[in-house]
Amino acid sequence: MQEGKTVLNPDEINTVLATDCGSTTTKAILIEKVDDEYRLIVRGEAPTTVEAPYEDVTLGARNAIREVEELTGRRFLSDDGVITPTQPDGSGADIFMSTSSAGGGLQMMVAGVVKTMTAESAARAALGAGAIVMDVIAVDDGRKPHEKIQRIRQLRPDMILLSGGIDGGTITHVVEIAELIAAAEPKPRLGIGYKLPVIYAGNKFARKHVEEILGEKTDLRVVDNLRPVLEKEVLGPAREAIHNLFMEHVMAQAPGYNKLMTWTPVPIMPTPGAVGNCMQTAAKEYDMSVIGVDIGGATTDVFSVFGEYFNRTVSANLGMSYSICNVLLETGLPNIMRWIPFKMDEANLRNRIRNKMIRPTTIPQTLDDLIIEQGIAREALRLAFEHHKSLAVGLRGVHRERTIGDVFEQTGSGETYIDMMELGMLIGSGGTLSHAPRRAQAALMLLDAFQPEGETMLAVDSIFMMPQLGILATVHPKAAMHVFDKDCLVKLGTTIAPLGPSSSNLKFGEPCVTVTIEYNEQVIEESVPYGSMKVIKIPEETTVDAVIRPERHFDAGNGYGRVVETQVHGGVVGVIIDCRGRPTVLPEDPVLRNQKLVEWFKAMDMYPADLLDKYAAQGV
Amino acid sequence: MAHAYTPGLKVTEKAVIRKTRRLPIPGEVLVEKGQKVSPDTIVARTSIPGNPQTVNVANLLGIEATDVPDYMVKKEGDFVEEGEVLARYTYFFGRFKREVTSPVTGTIEMISKVTGQVTLREPPIPVEVDAYIEGIVEEIIPREGVVVVTEGAFIQGIFGVGGETTGTIRVAVDSPDDVLTASHIESDDDGKVVVGGSLITSDAIQRCAEVGARGIVAGGIIDHDLVEYLGFDIGVAITGHEDVPVTLIITEGFGQMKMADRTFNLLKKLSGLRACINGATQIRAGVMRPEIIVPGYEGEGESASDDRYLSEGLVIGTPVRIIREPYFGLLAEVVELPPELQLIESESRVRVLKARLEDGTIVTVPRANVEIIEA
Repeated sequence: MQEGKTVLNPDEINTVLATDCGSTTTKAILIEKVDDEYRLIVRGEAPTTVEAPYEDVTLGARNAIREVEELTGRRFLSDDGVITPTQPDGSGADIFMSTSSAGGGLQMMVAGVVKTMTAESAARAALGAGAIVMDVIAVDDGRKPHEKIQRIRQLRPDMILLSGGIDGGTITHVVEIAELIAAAEPKPRLGIGYKLPVIYAGNKFARKHVEEILGEKTDLRVVDNLRPVLEKEVLGPAREAIHNLFMEHVMAQAPGYNKLMTWTPVPIMPTPGAVGNCMQTAAKEYDMSVIGVDIGGATTDVFSVFGEYFNRTVSANLGMSYSICNVLLETGLPNIMRWIPFKMDEANLRNRIRNKMIRPTTIPQTLDDLIIEQGIAREALRLAFEHHKSLAVGLRGVHRERTIGDVFEQTGSGETYIDMMELGMLIGSGGTLSHAPRRAQAALMLLDAFQPEGETMLAVDSIFMMPQLGILATVHPKAAMHVFDKDCLVKLGTTIAPLGPSSSNLKFGEPCVTVTIEYNEQVIEESVPYGSMKVIKIPEETTVDAVIRPERHFDAGNGYGRVVETQVHGGVVGVIIDCRGRPTVLPEDPVLRNQKLVEWFKAMDMYPADLLDKYAAQGV
Repeated sequence: MAHAYTPGLKVTEKAVIRKTRRLPIPGEVLVEKGQKVSPDTIVARTSIPGNPQTVNVANLLGIEATDVPDYMVKKEGDFVEEGEVLARYTYFFGRFKREVTSPVTGTIEMISKVTGQVTLREPPIPVEVDAYIEGIVEEIIPREGVVVVTEGAFIQGIFGVGGETTGTIRVAVDSPDDVLTASHIESDDDGKVVVGGSLITSDAIQRCAEVGARGIVAGGIIDHDLVEYLGFDIGVAITGHEDVPVTLIITEGFGQMKMADRTFNLLKKLSGLRACINGATQIRAGVMRPEIIVPGYEGEGESASDDRYLSEGLVIGTPVRIIREPYFGLLAEVVELPPELQLIESESRVRVLKARLEDGTIVTVPRANVEIIEA
C-alpha cells in the first residue's frame, strides 16, 4: 500500500476505475454498482506510453481513461491524476487501481539447492507472483560452477530469488549458491548503478552466512523459508517480497510509474499475478477446478487451480507473433499442417509464419490465413499446457507411506496433479481465443489443445479484463466476481468428452456415447459414434439435466461404460459432444485426416459451409 | 484506438539521427560535448570485473571447510599466477604434502569457511563503446555514455541479422526486381555493403562472406536460406548478436519480394558513400529495426526528425504497403477510410481502408494490415 493512504471499506465502494498497462495497450474499465450488482459500464483503451518518445506511462493511462470519460460524459481526471473518491457532482471514482506488464514485465532468476525440490519451489513462487523466470540455478543442475556464474552474469534479471535447504538442513550448499551469485556480481536490468535485489527464502540457519556474502554486494531481503520442511511449501512470504520489490525497484525505475503510484492506494500488481488472483477467486466462487490460459504475442501463460494447489507457468517463447517462429521450431511443421484441411506448400507456410513474426500486428484477412493461424495457436496452447503440467506437480522428495490403495492408484510425489476429468472450467484468453470470429473456433482450439475429459465448461474472456478484476479481488472480491461472471466471461457451453477408447481395436464410427437432455419440455437424445462431434444448441445461462451413457470402452466420469447423471450448461456454442477420443487421434492418412477435419469443422459450424465443401472436394 | 495501423519503416534522404551509446555498467566518458566523432571513436570505457573461478580447496586437500584458512598459502586480496600454489596441507611430520594450485592468473577474492571454496577473480575485462556513426556529441550521460547526433540519409529494414558495422554502398543489381546471386558479387566487394533487389540467395551470401563484404541489403530472403546461413533457426525475433561475417538487412520480408522503389532508388543515390549499418532487430515493446545510416548525406527536402513518430497517421493519399495476404507486399495509396467496422472474408469485424494498387485496382484491407511508407 502507498504510504499515507488507506483502502476504502468495500461497502463504501460503488464506482471503480481500473487500468492495465500492457506492453502495447493500456486498458481502462469502469465498474459500478447497479441494483446491488457490480457491472462493467464502459471500457477504453490507448497505446501504452512507456517507450520513447513518450516515456511516461500515465499518458497512456490518461488517454484510456479519457475514452471512458467520453463514453460516459463524466469526468474522472484532474491535473493530479484520477479524482477519488466520487464527488458530489458525480465526477471521479471511489477507488482507482492498476496492474502493469509494460516494459517487459517482471523478469527473475531463481536459485535453489536441488533442482526438483527447493529450486522448483522457488520457481513456483516467482511464477505465481507474475514473473518470467529466466533461468533456474541449482547445485545439481548439471552445469559447472563457472558456467553458472557466466549465466548469472549474462542475464540481467530484475531480481533473484534464492532458496535452498529445509530449516536445519544443508548450509554448505545454500552458501555455495550465494557465493556463485556474489562472484557473478549481477547487475539489475533497470537502473544503472543500482544494486540487484536478492530475496533469500532458504534455510533460516544459513541467513547469517548469506548476509555476510551478499549483504554488501546486493540489495538483500530475507524472508521465511519457502520450504521449511520437505512436506511443506510456504510461498506466501516470498511472493509478497517479490511484489514489494516489484513496486520499489522495477516499477519505480519505469518511466512515469512513480506518478501512477500516487493515483492509487492499492499497490500496482504485475498483470499475470493479478490474473492468477482472478482465477483463484473464480475457482473458490464456483467451487470447481479451473484452468485458464492467456495466449499473447510473445508468451502463453497457463494457470491452474486444483483444490489447494494454484500454479502458473509462463511459456516465455510460445506466442502468436513475436515468438510464433518458436512454436514452429518446437512443434515442427507436420504438427501444424495436421490442423489445416487444405493443400499448402511448406516453404510458403514457413515464409508466412516468419512474416507474421516480423509484422506482428497484422490480422488474417482470408479464411485460409485464419485457419492457418488457428492451427498454430492449437500447437502453442498444447505445448504451453505440456510445460504447465510438468511444473504443476506434487512436492518432490517427500516420503510417503504407501498403502495397498497406492498400488492401484499411481499418484505419487512429483506427479502432476492436473486431472482433466476433475476439471470444471477451462477459460481461454488472449486475442486468438477472445477475438476468434466465431466462438466455436475458440471452443475447438481449447478442446484440441487441452483435451478436457468428462464434463467441462468452456469459456473465453470477452475483452481481457481479468487483470483489473484480479487486483479488484484483493480489495473487493464480491464486486470482482459479479463482473467476472456477468461481463467478463463468455460461456461457450459444456463439453462432454468421454475418455477412451480403452481398446485400440475400436474404429471410427463405432458407438461411443448417448446423451439425453431435457430442455424446453422436450427430450433431446443424441447418439454420437467414436470419431465424431455433435453440438446441441442450448443457450447461455441455461442449465439442464443430462444423462450420459458411454459405451463400455468409454468413460464419461464414473468409470468405463458407467452412466453419468449430471447438469450441463448451455453457452453461445452449445453443449458439445466430443467423441473423437481422449487422447484425440488424428488419422495419419492425409486424405482421411482432411475429411475428418472438415467433418468436425462442419459439426461445430466453425467456418462457412461452402468453404468447407470446397476443401472437401479438393481432397489433399 | 486512434491508431490502428502499423507505423511504417523510415526511408528518408535527410533525417536528424540520434544514437545513444551507453556502457553496460558505469565507467568513464572519453569525449566532450560538441566533439566531432567518427564511427570508430571510442566514446566511453569501463572494465567489468574479470571472470570468477571457484576452487574447492577443502575437497582437493581432503580437509574440513572450516580449516581451509589455516592451510592457505595466499590470503584474500593476493595476486596469483596460474599454477602458483594456493594452499598446502602437510602430514606425517611434513614428509607428505598435498597442494592446490591456481587454475588462472588473478586475485583471491574470497576464502569460504562454510563451503571450503576459494574464489579467484581474473583480471578486469575492458569494455569500450564506439560512436557507431559519424557525428557530433550532443549530450553527455555522466559515467554512462553519450548521445551522438548526425544528419543524413536513414533507411530502416524489416528484419536483419548481425551487428553494427560500416561499409561503402554498392548497388549490385539493375532493378529492385532482380535476384542477387553469387555472380553479382565482385572480388573487390571487400568492405562493401552490397545492395540486391527482390531476393538474396544462399550462394550470394556465401560469396559476400568469402570476399569480405560487410553487409547485404535486399528485399527478401527464403526462410531456409537464413537458417542455413546462421546455422540455427530463429525462434524469437531478437537478433543482432549472431556471430556472422556479414550483416544482413531485409527490407520487405520473407520470400522473394521486390524492394520498394523508394528504398532502391535512395540506395542507388547513396552508392559509393560510407554507410553505418546494424542488423539488430527486436519486435516487441521497444521495437528495434535494422538500419542503414549515411551520415552527412545532404539529400533533398526538409529534415525529418523523431517527432514524426507522433505524426497523424493514415489520411487519404497516404502511400502504404500491404503487409498480409492476399495482397502481401503490394504498394498502394489510401483512397477511403470508412469509420465503421466492416466484415472481412475471415468474418472478423475490423476497421478497414480502401486502397488503390499500382495497377489501379481498388482493394479493401484491414487497417492493421498496412504500413505507412514514411518519408
